[in-house]
Amino acid sequence: MQYLLRGVVSGIGHYGNCFGVPTVAGEIYFDPCYHGNPLVNAMAVGIVNHGMVASATAKGVGNPVMIVGSSTGRDGIHGATFASVEISEESESKRPSVQVGDPFTEKLLLEATLEIIREDLIVGIQDMGAAGITCSCTEMSAKGESGMDVDLDKVPKGEEGMSAYEIMLSESQERMLVVAKKGCEDRVREIFAKWDLHAVIIGAVTDDGMVTVRHRGAIVAHAPAFGFVLGGGAPVYHRETKRPEYLDVTGAFHAESVPVPHDLTAVLGQLLASPNIASKRWVYEQYDTSVRTNTAQHPGGDAAVVRIKGTNKAIAVKTDCNGRYVYLNPRRGAMIAVAEAARNVVCVGAEPLAITNCLNFGNPYKPEIYWQFSEAIAGMGEACRALDTPVTGGNVSFYNEDPSHAVYPTPVIGMLGLIEDVGHIMTAGFRNEGDLVFLLGANRNDIAGSEYLATVHGIVGGDAPHFAMDEEKRLHAAVLRMIREGLLQSAHDVSDGGLAVALAESCILAEAPVGAELRVYETFRRDAVYFGEAQSRIVVSCRPERKRDLVQVAMELEVEIQELGRVGGTALRINDDIALDVTAAADLYTRSIERILSPR
Amino acid sequence: MAAHRFGVVVFPGSNCDHDAYHAVKHVMGQDVRFLWHKESDLGGADAIILPGGFSYGDYLRCGAIARFSPIMKEVVRFANAGGHVMGVCNGFQILCEAGLLPGALLRNASLRFVCREVHLRAENTDTAFSNALTAGQVLTIPVAHGEGNYYTDRSALEELEARRQVVFRYCSADGALTPESNPNGSLNNIAGIVNRAGNVFGMMPHPERSMETLLGSDDGIGVFQSVIQALSRRETASVEV
Repeated sequence: MQYLLRGVVSGIGHYGNCFGVPTVAGEIYFDPCYHGNPLVNAMAVGIVNHGMVASATAKGVGNPVMIVGSSTGRDGIHGATFASVEISEESESKRPSVQVGDPFTEKLLLEATLEIIREDLIVGIQDMGAAGITCSCTEMSAKGESGMDVDLDKVPKGEEGMSAYEIMLSESQERMLVVAKKGCEDRVREIFAKWDLHAVIIGAVTDDGMVTVRHRGAIVAHAPAFGFVLGGGAPVYHRETKRPEYLDVTGAFHAESVPVPHDLTAVLGQLLASPNIASKRWVYEQYDTSVRTNTAQHPGGDAAVVRIKGTNKAIAVKTDCNGRYVYLNPRRGAMIAVAEAARNVVCVGAEPLAITNCLNFGNPYKPEIYWQFSEAIAGMGEACRALDTPVTGGNVSFYNEDPSHAVYPTPVIGMLGLIEDVGHIMTAGFRNEGDLVFLLGANRNDIAGSEYLATVHGIVGGDAPHFAMDEEKRLHAAVLRMIREGLLQSAHDVSDGGLAVALAESCILAEAPVGAELRVYETFRRDAVYFGEAQSRIVVSCRPERKRDLVQVAMELEVEIQELGRVGGTALRINDDIALDVTAAADLYTRSIERILSPR
Repeated sequence: MAAHRFGVVVFPGSNCDHDAYHAVKHVMGQDVRFLWHKESDLGGADAIILPGGFSYGDYLRCGAIARFSPIMKEVVRFANAGGHVMGVCNGFQILCEAGLLPGALLRNASLRFVCREVHLRAENTDTAFSNALTAGQVLTIPVAHGEGNYYTDRSALEELEARRQVVFRYCSADGALTPESNPNGSLNNIAGIVNRAGNVFGMMPHPERSMETLLGSDDGIGVFQSVIQALSRRETASVEV
């Protein structure tokens, strides 16, 4: 596992760092379910000027079709189909199916591509992903309601003797298919030559709706483009679904069977050091987070904030998904993934705008897996409609199974938020001694599905934690208003590890770790008060003189509010149950992962 | 005072070129233009910046190929004629590879890429790249590199120290030179040096990323301000002559 993590981190780092795009936000979950099948999801966020949008379409009979970027080799043939089988003993032989990326070439491709778009030389462009040329030709033709006639002999190849089949399915990286405007092909070639890349005409756009492929003088394929594409003529499957039996077992969990630990400070320390909760500093310090000089909030807070040069605006980005919740209740778990990602961007002062997603599931031919999939999508859709955050794109990854089990259903949400005024960027750490600490949202007697239950008691059980969309929406509205009215000093979402972990994080994330003297008034079991993961809660702090306005906003917007106490001292004290030295806690939290991975 | 003209060299894998441009033009209000690596003309620049990035992919030693580019021939000529040249991160590596600065930048002692804010102590503030700072001043500026571990042989190191060519060292927040504050294992905590003549400067941390408090720190301004002051003084001096 350590080997895989080191490899993945250095892979993301190497590519992103060379590419010159800051890696600003993310998340990691560790769970045995991912050991045989680790999931790596990446989200890219770009900014495009109105009127400069390029789309993946092929239009205009006779317009030249060009292949640009790297040569086409045998790497990655059947890459997509490799990803579409369960990992087994035989999978080793499929190693060559994995594509090899070259960030330097991708950087050149990026620069050249932006230049041809800026100069308005093209009709459409699409990157070559799964199934290479096949996919780009058919999708662009279908989208433009046109056709394409391409000659594979003209494709620059990295290897000799490739068959038409291999050329069509190669997933060699760093390539794009471009439909240029007629007459602009020389300028396109010139720009690519400047970046030392190929730009070769391989065919032309037609109006017959067919993709025609020629190789060595013969037509080797002639098929309707529309029939290939999703949302077009491709077959739509309606698979059998069946509620999995494991839910009877997990659903039978009763909190009463779990004893409340005596030493709650020790439990808090244990959670802060748990890799799922501990700071991911060891990881993100290996990523260039500040290149391009726009990163206003770096990893480690609730969400990253990237300002937009030439404006007063910034965007907030966060990815989120607690797979355990989705495993215990796919519909509610997926709703929580969306809601938590939204809550995170709200905490930095951003209005949630839109999501993308990567849906990681097991083998969809298994009715139980397909049930998880359809339930999760229903939950995601419901949450996105309620939060008014459209799903602008996404990706699906099935067959994440090894012979013993599937991964948790893991619909990772990438949330984008907008901050209208960079003066309204909020951070998670406490700011000043003497500030008042409040909890917005309600605590619940609920330890189901929690990191506490898994880490301390070794139980993955119960339902997903409490979640109600109306509470969530009111909470967002209240916190955004508080931030914009300048009432807050800090805002931090209560998530994995519950209220006590959120409070400890606000202490640790202060400029210099600072304590707090707090009281939480609840009558139910102590572990649920401190470590339960009921959703829709945010810890905020404010200057004492802002208290009245803060309470006013909470009451107006019908958000439950509880005053917890004051920032100050060197320890986090909660009731008579928890007394945590914050300097020691900061060390535990910040260096836990580093200690596991780089023992000295 | 008229603006000075800066040239920012762009290799295909440069990725801090726009950041350097932005810092010089929009924060410092100077004239600036990009210089493409295939060109062999510095466009009348008063000072040259070699920005961070991965020049030609850096699959060999960082900067090992960049030194052979057409533009570098001109940069070397410019430097040898006394022109001000500043290399940041990959630019520092290229200046070492090109022989304009002594020593080399090895892989970080941790063997990992490191990106985080570090503290730098201004060691010599009599240079063209640090004259706007006060001696012992501590700056907060990020590093972002995999190969920033400054190394040279013992006699060269002694000479570097004796001639006060070390401009910046990694330090703690209160200015102490500790091993913990050294992000990459550099000898003597070296973060930035000048050549013997004082007109060529390289540093691993990124001052161009520390130009606005919105992004965490504006301590990088002092470095650019120093260059501008040095250029102005030289102009004044040549007018008097």
